[in-house]
Amino acid sequence: MACISPDGKPTASGAKMLRALKAKSGPAEEVAQKAGLPLFRVRSGLRELVQAGLANPKGDSYELTPKGSQLADSLPA
Amino acid sequence: MEELKEQAVSLPRLGQPAPAFEAVTTHGMLKLEDFKGSWLVLFSHPADFTPVCTTEFIAFAEIFPELQKRGVELLGLSVDSVSSHIAWARNVEEKTGVKIPFPIIADLSKEVSTAYGMIHPGQSKTETVRCVFIIDDKQVIRTILYYPLTTGRNMDEIVRIVDALQTTDANGVATPANWRPGDKVVVPAPNTQEGAEERLKEGYECVDWYLCQKKLK
Repeated sequence: MACISPDGKPTASGAKMLRALKAKSGPAEEVAQKAGLPLFRVRSGLRELVQAGLANPKGDSYELTPKGSQLADSLPA
Repeated sequence: MEELKEQAVSLPRLGQPAPAFEAVTTHGMLKLEDFKGSWLVLFSHPADFTPVCTTEFIAFAEIFPELQKRGVELLGLSVDSVSSHIAWARNVEEKTGVKIPFPIIADLSKEVSTAYGMIHPGQSKTETVRCVFIIDDKQVIRTILYYPLTTGRNMDEIVRIVDALQTTDANGVATPANWRPGDKVVVPAPNTQEGAEERLKEGYECVDWYLCQKKLK
């Protein structure tokens, strides 16, 4: 997993995506821009966040689940 | 004979959609569709921790910023494990100071290399040869290059081809031999007699009606 480590903690890129989604739900393109990550990494990472129950797709957009939101809040600033 | 026929049919062709894949990489699980909207240079190398491949990876890392300026991502591949790729990339960085910034597919199952015709048994039955697939933003294969195991690739040529293809797409022109950005481009040959007559009056630099060049503005 590139976004979530085997121990369940977000990787550096996972944390960037969680923070970006916490700031504002949006499509992969916007998350990539906010997180400063390549779009292909974000598309792949969003699949992981969804599989881990941390984000939900909503049309073309993604939003954090309560569990994802809680994890984003726990990340160091 | 039947085996040869099957291999020929399975090879990807220019102008066709690139074969879809989902693969384990050094940047996590990636699908071809993750790259939609970007151009992609998908390339294979025979094996990690080998000399020619190491020089190539350093060279690919060096052209990566130039490719990114052109909206192109890089994706490597070999029939090695992801742990081997990680260890090799770390070793290259430690020994040469060059960080490998792009993902590398760990194609242990050979699913991707088979779909793209990257294994040439006359060269090696277990390793991929040095292939380059240039895939456009609509995921259509635009260029295929094959190099033998013993010959490292020319990075300038890969960047040059990307420039040529993107110039063609943007301007509806072709590019002549040894073209470089800024050089004159070839205006498509007319396909009617009327068009041929008109062509010579259009102010292009023409050798004859079928070979006209112009400077791009």
